[in-house]
Amino acid sequence: MISYKKASKEFKKNKGLFFMSLPGLVFIIIFAYIPMVGLIIAFKDYTYDKGIFLSKWIGFENFKFFFTSDAALRVTRNTILLNLLFIIAGTIIAIICALMLYELNRRAVKLYQTILFFPFFISWVVASYAAYALMNYEFGGINSFLTNIGSQPIEWYLQYKYWIVILFIAYIWKNVGYFCLLYYTGLLDIDPVYFEAAKIDGASKWQQVWRVSLPLISPLVIMLVLLNIGKIFYADFGLFYFLPKNSGALFKVTDVIDTYVYRSLKTTGDIGMASAVGFYQSIMGFILVMISNFIVKRFDKDKSLF
Amino acid sequence: MHSKKSNLNQYIINAIFIVISILFVIPILYIVSISLTSERDILEYGYKLLPTNVTANAYKYVFNNPWQIINSYGVSIFITVFGTLLSLFLSTMLAYTMSRKDYRYSRITSFVVFFTLLFNGGLVPTYILIVNYLHLKNTIWALILPYTINAWYVILLKGFLSTIPLALVEAARIDGASEVGTFFKIVIPLSKPALAAVGLLICFTYWNDWWLSLLYIDKTQIMPLQYLLYRIMANVDFLSRQAASSIGVNVKEIPTESLRMAMCVIAAGPMLILFPFFQRYFVKGITVGSVKG
Repeated sequence: MISYKKASKEFKKNKGLFFMSLPGLVFIIIFAYIPMVGLIIAFKDYTYDKGIFLSKWIGFENFKFFFTSDAALRVTRNTILLNLLFIIAGTIIAIICALMLYELNRRAVKLYQTILFFPFFISWVVASYAAYALMNYEFGGINSFLTNIGSQPIEWYLQYKYWIVILFIAYIWKNVGYFCLLYYTGLLDIDPVYFEAAKIDGASKWQQVWRVSLPLISPLVIMLVLLNIGKIFYADFGLFYFLPKNSGALFKVTDVIDTYVYRSLKTTGDIGMASAVGFYQSIMGFILVMISNFIVKRFDKDKSLF
Repeated sequence: MHSKKSNLNQYIINAIFIVISILFVIPILYIVSISLTSERDILEYGYKLLPTNVTANAYKYVFNNPWQIINSYGVSIFITVFGTLLSLFLSTMLAYTMSRKDYRYSRITSFVVFFTLLFNGGLVPTYILIVNYLHLKNTIWALILPYTINAWYVILLKGFLSTIPLALVEAARIDGASEVGTFFKIVIPLSKPALAAVGLLICFTYWNDWWLSLLYIDKTQIMPLQYLLYRIMANVDFLSRQAASSIGVNVKEIPTESLRMAMCVIAAGPMLILFPFFQRYFVKGITVGSVKG
């Protein structure tokens, strides 16, 4: 009774703020927490008429189905390896861009930054128009170029072997400006005293980069890389769905967990399969975020997520 | 800051960036150029970076029968304006309660928000919830409500709001202001720059979104621009049907190649032109937000 009274008194004191937070919390509960409960669908034979709770439990049937198919290995491999490629090569390219920008005056930086940055604000749908303009078989820019120099035109949308490179270029085009901006801001935060000291000691430009710039932005680099590793089970759906134009011939390279779940749900209507893959993604994603955050924490307590 | 710089280095770096910039812009130039090329030139020469003969024929087709694009503009503008206002308002209130260290439940509220970044139910349960339980399929709300509270933006706002000194809030309380009154009279005016930065991020989330419409919309009346563009790209017939529905148009004469790109320019162009003016605020929101709220 006493604790109840205490709690109710406490609530009265805080109720103004509590009611202010309530609408936002309701949204979070509906759109984030209730779907977590819905993860149990993965263990059920879901039918629309019976709904989530009345559908029959079937244990691990859905998972058996997924993990014994070729798809499991294919989509996991594509998701993880392409994300790794994006993270590693993308980080290196962004750092090089930032280091080069740092050498230029502010006006030039502003111009280049705007150009590098604008694709970040273009949707993948619009980007797929640009990709199509370049890669269309009959009329596309790249094939015109190839025929002009006497080569054979290429069926870009049917040959999967080119797509790792195509996806990579598209990823860089869209994201390098964003990461470059973050690293450039990091470089600006370095106290100029370090560079002055290095110069007095006779350090060359290269030595300054290797001994001053890179070591001092490395905490930022490590943090961003680990944050992205934490998201490695999630692919950028728009990149993998719109650019290859859903071409089945390319799935060997372009099919990732997210596009697979989407197709199972919307095209083939296989909810059991879709929910099993989704469950697998949620759990693996959670484990990886926890691991990467644990590592960030060991490097720099302030920079970890929690 | 950089006192002695070798000029040679500068020239090389500038040259590299000029090449990169050209490569970055070329894909977009292609879209614009194709939209201004006649169908005959396309069939003969293919897509060119600069059109041999400039023609606005494709644009004429769009403006002859503009209702779909006007409609989609309307949908996109509505979800962006309404969605942003709703989202910004609720997110700011929520973030404010998280930022108040004297609030008894601020830690638990922060945890509830934060946990959604670590773990989520994924696509299938969310889809079933929205379609079968909330019955939002093919309604405009399906394009707004799922994005109303984004945990990242809330945490970002919390970071900004935490810089407001508690003493100001306490002074207002002594003057007899309620929590809500304090929020509107003191907190909001003090955090306008932060609200503008985050508001702009939310704005772009709504404006550029195709995901929610891909999942929940198949009626042409509530197709936002991005989804309209996707449908046009995925299905050429969709475009011809749209164009042919105006009277007296022969389907065979429709310049599909250039028309498609013209739709893209009309749908995406205006925002792209506005981008440089907004960039400063984005940079601010993003550089703070990416690191930690």
